[in-house]
Amino acid sequence: MSFYETMTRLEQLPYGTLWSRYTAEDVKRALRAEQVDEEGLMALLSPAAEPYLEEMAQKAHRLTRTHFGHVMQLFTPMYLADFCVNHCTYCSFSSIYDFPRKKLTLEQVAREAETIAATGLRHILILTGESRRDSPAGYVRDCVDVLRGYFSSVSIEVNPLSTAEYAELREAGVDGLTLYQEVYHQETYRTLHVKGPKRVYRNRLDAPERGCEAGFRSVNIGALLGMYEWRQEALATALHARYLQDKYPECEIGLSTPRFRPYLGEFNPASDVTDRALVQIILAYRLFLPRSGISLSTREPAALRDHLVQLGITKMSAGVSTEVGGHSLEGGTPQFEISDNRSVAEMAEMLRSQGLQPVFKDWDILSEPLGLSRQAGLA
Amino acid sequence: MQDPLMIGGVTLTSRLFIGTGKYSRNTLIPEVITRSGSQVITVALRRVDPESSDNIVSHIPSHMTLLPNTSGARTAEEAVRIARLARSAGLGNWVKIEVINDQKYLLPDNMETIRATEVLAAEGFVVLPYMSPDLSAALRLKAAGAAAVMPLGAPIGSNRGLQTKELIRILISETDLPVIVDAGIGRPSEAAEAMEMGAAAVLLNTAIATASDPLLMAEAFRAAVSAGRKAYLAGLGPVEETAAASSPLTGFLA
Repeated sequence: MSFYETMTRLEQLPYGTLWSRYTAEDVKRALRAEQVDEEGLMALLSPAAEPYLEEMAQKAHRLTRTHFGHVMQLFTPMYLADFCVNHCTYCSFSSIYDFPRKKLTLEQVAREAETIAATGLRHILILTGESRRDSPAGYVRDCVDVLRGYFSSVSIEVNPLSTAEYAELREAGVDGLTLYQEVYHQETYRTLHVKGPKRVYRNRLDAPERGCEAGFRSVNIGALLGMYEWRQEALATALHARYLQDKYPECEIGLSTPRFRPYLGEFNPASDVTDRALVQIILAYRLFLPRSGISLSTREPAALRDHLVQLGITKMSAGVSTEVGGHSLEGGTPQFEISDNRSVAEMAEMLRSQGLQPVFKDWDILSEPLGLSRQAGLA
Repeated sequence: MQDPLMIGGVTLTSRLFIGTGKYSRNTLIPEVITRSGSQVITVALRRVDPESSDNIVSHIPSHMTLLPNTSGARTAEEAVRIARLARSAGLGNWVKIEVINDQKYLLPDNMETIRATEVLAAEGFVVLPYMSPDLSAALRLKAAGAAAVMPLGAPIGSNRGLQTKELIRILISETDLPVIVDAGIGRPSEAAEAMEMGAAAVLLNTAIATASDPLLMAEAFRAAVSAGRKAYLAGLGPVEETAAASSPLTGFLA
């Protein structure tokens, strides 16, 4: 059993007429429900829910404050390498673009880490382009060894790996895995991923599950919104999250809502995801999965982010550069353009002004290479 | 009225334990402590950052008994590791064991909790395990060296009250460890009810931290816990199905 079976079922739904089937009564029923089911989720994502965004927001806000309180976890991505063997039509790191590629040395990783840690952040998400040759799991592990000296939690966003490779990185001290499917709709996926191992849809779709099997504490998934019809993509993402949460209850399953942003190329996405649509997606996620973390990136403009913090978001990136070594080196190529350039301090101040507490540290790396945890009768 | 609670060699006059999570700012914590009258405060080690200028522990007055918790632990091994980290960080030798494998409902894993309790009690920790209210587990926790048991009233952060009331009643009746109702209490009346039942104390966080006025809510819980405890000590009158006449009609037969 894999989520692929659910995807196959979803793609047989009559999407052309499906969304118009839902009525205001269906939306109200979902809003009253103790636990929103798949039908309720679809009602909340349907056009019938659009007049109910305020009611959805009020409930999402209450649920978020109850389960997460008045706190917002902050983190930042660190780009280690931008070598990539794929050609994805929407990404600056695509192998067809000719720019000087970079890969940080361990000394540069340390310098970058020092710069970021000085802002107070203790959670880091490390990223690479997708190239097993240039940034293999062994390179990531070496970088993690360095980063553990600076951060209390390290997560990865790299090309899909095997369960054994994920387990090796977990042992090395990686707590979390972020891996976006980019596009759940299979036919569109094939169209957008022109060349390279990323073309293998199922390898990517099943990778978050391999991360759960390997024992990561948290696994974060998402669709790159705008690549296909957003209602379907949001439905698939939410059901994927629930599938993982049901099957791996010990793992924290989180959701992200990245929207397409300008990059080096000229691809224009098929689906325009408006601010209202983004809000509807975030609210539907919160009502469907009340305890799941929802991350918001600097792809969104500052003014919008300031409003979204009250609607279900629990994690935000801050002080972001999407260039390799962008915090301490010069002259990289960003993966995409960000919209919110505020520093960590400025983000923290914005959160405080809204009655929220910025949380820089929410975990300690507990892996023990020396085997300490096997002592004291616990072996 | 002298009615102290003794745990781990510490004498407590307040039976309201509070938390540090979910506040809009850490600077609220000292005032919440004052208004609640609490003497025990739990803090998640995972949130403690000694290098931060806003380190959560720096907001806790020195007279408080710190109860570091193992929030985030999924296994006994992780809980033990966190407890040792807390002690080595200078947070004392009290620990609230929290081992949660279920990220959907955040229900505790009693088996792993018992394993962690065995190890930590043997190492000299004052162990207060958060648990699902199960009598067998409570007895095993006692045998493992727990200083109290902390059954949940309802899932963490749910504010649903004493959903597990009957099971907690059994724990109070059948164990001689202090029973501290932890998690789920959303209203002062529910805290009072737990105390009326004979709970030794209650621990709560969400109900105060997410109230519109946390300081006033802290006062409300202080009064409720005190009232519930007094009612328990006073001995509640029996509950009758039918009205009991205060002037019996057959009294002349005596």
